[in-house]
Amino acid sequence: MSELRVFIADDEEPARERLKSLLADIAAEMPTRVVGEARNGIEVMEAFPASGAQVLLLDVAMPGMSGLEAARHLARLPASPAVVFVTAHDEHAVEAFELNALDYLMKPVRASRLAAALRKAQATGAPEADRLERASKARREYFSVAERHRIVLVPVSDVIYLKAELKYVTLRTRTGEHVVEEPLVTLEREFAERFVRIHRNCLVARAAIRGFERSGGTTEEPSWSVVLDGLEARLPVSRRQWPVVKELVAEQGE
Amino acid sequence: MMARPSQNVQPDALPDFRNLGVIARIVIGAHLLALGAVMYAEPAWNAMPERYVRAAALLEPVLLASLAVLYFASDSLARLPYWVGCALVLLLVLGLAWSTHLYFDPGAFATTPRTLMLAAIVAVVLLGYLRLNTRAYSPALAEARLQALQARIRPHFLFNSLNAVLSLMRRDPARAERTLEDLADLFRELMAEGRRFVRLADEISLLERYAAIEQLRLGDRMRIAWEIDEAPSDALLPPMVLQPLLENAVHHGVEPATQVSDIMVRIGRRGDRVQARIENPYHEGAPAQKGNRMALENIRERLRLYFDAEATLVSRIENGRYRVDIEIPYRAAS
Repeated sequence: MSELRVFIADDEEPARERLKSLLADIAAEMPTRVVGEARNGIEVMEAFPASGAQVLLLDVAMPGMSGLEAARHLARLPASPAVVFVTAHDEHAVEAFELNALDYLMKPVRASRLAAALRKAQATGAPEADRLERASKARREYFSVAERHRIVLVPVSDVIYLKAELKYVTLRTRTGEHVVEEPLVTLEREFAERFVRIHRNCLVARAAIRGFERSGGTTEEPSWSVVLDGLEARLPVSRRQWPVVKELVAEQGE
Repeated sequence: MMARPSQNVQPDALPDFRNLGVIARIVIGAHLLALGAVMYAEPAWNAMPERYVRAAALLEPVLLASLAVLYFASDSLARLPYWVGCALVLLLVLGLAWSTHLYFDPGAFATTPRTLMLAAIVAVVLLGYLRLNTRAYSPALAEARLQALQARIRPHFLFNSLNAVLSLMRRDPARAERTLEDLADLFRELMAEGRRFVRLADEISLLERYAAIEQLRLGDRMRIAWEIDEAPSDALLPPMVLQPLLENAVHHGVEPATQVSDIMVRIGRRGDRVQARIENPYHEGAPAQKGNRMALENIRERLRLYFDAEATLVSRIENGRYRVDIEIPYRAAS
């Protein structure tokens, strides 16, 4: 039997050590090799894609980026890993895992359970992205763009506007553009608190709206554009969205 | 020690006349009575303020003198049987009323009985009110509420700690043993019942045990600066007041951070006040702020049950640091 390549992510060093010694204990029935470790979600993003790991043992509560969010980003990789979540005590997370048939282990982890979870993970493979999405209650802190051996993270707070173009959505930040493969509607739902729809194909960060400019001449019906903080470009507001946008700005002015 | 016939019936006791809350209640109660008397005697609204000022001039010297004497006599009075204590308080108020009357208005013997009568009424009404008030917050009742409020350690902490101990078992058995001992101490403290007060020195050693466990888990991600040389080790405080604050600091200040986080614990004494401050880095938008507020409310409520208005708990965010300050009256263990 060939070795199963395992990646361990946990912010606590003793917890990682414990998993490693358990893996050593079950080596006879379940040969494994630890090919990478990470102390938080961001490190997982950096180290995992190149590690060639088949299974990820992923702590749920990690600083910087939660385990669930990390799993959602990894699911975009062409060769996405099987994931076994590990949690100390989080009733909500456990409930979500059960509901969406995601594999998890409770800390302290037992050797027999670890072996069973790895066997199962090997058999079932990577979890589907939409099950991960349904299991996570918190909105993501990052957008991610998966490349072949790399995941590029874009902090949600950096994004000024999102624009749908054909099959893709373009994220515009102060410094550049990124393309993600998610429908604008789903993004609008997840980040409703942060972005407002100004046009059929465009969401704008509420915080980045500096004002509005009348455009389109002096004919009977005026049209409006959004003036943005930190970007020269003006974005047109559709006639349909204008009442909603206007109200929002009135609220902010109060 | 023999059990009391009934644990639920607490004997009446005089209130602690040094307690700010009690003093405030006496002052406000006396003034309300004076206001009522003035409103009864004076039907004209516009004449009322002047009448009230005159009544207050009569009331204030007696009230302040009584409060001052009671403040110093509080301990001795508390040792007497309740009704004897009440009688003494009444006599004391009457004596003070009489002497201030003679001092301010010598020779006015005709009005002396009126003054004494008024003083007696105020004293009896207030004693009655304070008795009811103490009963409403009687220790038996307070005990039940305290147990409900007893701080709980997060299950998350327990399981993570056990996990950390398991990881040490083979590598460093001695340290694993020490950590289990610390955990045992922590849980003994948490499950202890019926203790009103603990010594500050014991609470501090509990903090250190708790910190040692967290240090094992979090390693060099957490740094704690202890400024406790000035802490009065014999001071008495309710159990498990400081530990939940340190636990909060770790949970909200260290765990969500990827970089090294500094916590500060400062405990000292200023005059007759014991002051404690716990500070940690503040992470905006970190989840579970609600849990933190609940823990603070819990401690605040317990402090109120123990010290009434004499303890304070203030939290604020300043320069990216979250800080909780607690102040309680200094009472030394005998």
